[in-house]
Amino acid sequence: MTTTRSVVIEKELPYPPEKIWRALTQGSLIKEWLMDNDFEPVVGHKFNFRSTPVPNWNGIIDSEVLVVEPNKKLSYKWGAFGLESLVVWTLVATSGGTLVRMEHSGFGADQEAAYKGATYGWQRFIGNLERVVAGLH
Amino acid sequence: MQTAPDALFKSLADPTRRALFERLSRDGALTVRMLTDKSGVSQPAVSKHLGVLKNAGLVRARHRGRETHYSAQPRALEPLVDWISYYSRFWHERFDRLEDLLKRMDP
Repeated sequence: MTTTRSVVIEKELPYPPEKIWRALTQGSLIKEWLMDNDFEPVVGHKFNFRSTPVPNWNGIIDSEVLVVEPNKKLSYKWGAFGLESLVVWTLVATSGGTLVRMEHSGFGADQEAAYKGATYGWQRFIGNLERVVAGLH
Repeated sequence: MQTAPDALFKSLADPTRRALFERLSRDGALTVRMLTDKSGVSQPAVSKHLGVLKNAGLVRARHRGRETHYSAQPRALEPLVDWISYYSRFWHERFDRLEDLLKRMDP
């Protein structure tokens, strides 16, 4: 059994998709609401989000653009702490504006399992360890 | 001992180490030899992975006679389990900022 580990935010905003797309894809605008960055809306472009360093973390997110469908869909990798996760933005025009959906899913599928017997994916691991940690309290 | 979260995340970024950790969580204290049997991974490799897990605070080594038994330290996982609550807060906050920005932007 797998456990889905993701954060989803879905909200209708009173603006056309084109305007929201600009906020999501222009570096100087992204900086205003998310983080400093060298983002380019080009598939395959590798970039960083940079936030203020905190103890034990340099504040850098390693990213790569995966999907660019103007005014519709944007996706990038989100790598921090050696853990790769995925952010997907979806925009759907509505009568009142745009339905904006952001999904940040962690612990993507593994490339390979070196240990014999099973695919030890992050998702399964997290599902298992959740029970382990729950047992601590 | 306080362990840096990135050591924790990095140590678990490797599927073999996750598998070793899971096995120790499930089966209790085991030796390198027990962990190596039927694993498809060599003994030196298992030892090396255990060293990484130990440095991240995820396993503890106890010497019994000539053998060393390794056991899982599940409490070390807490920052990882907090991933969702961390990013949920993070994105809700950023989403609010995105809305503020949209209000200020030209049409």
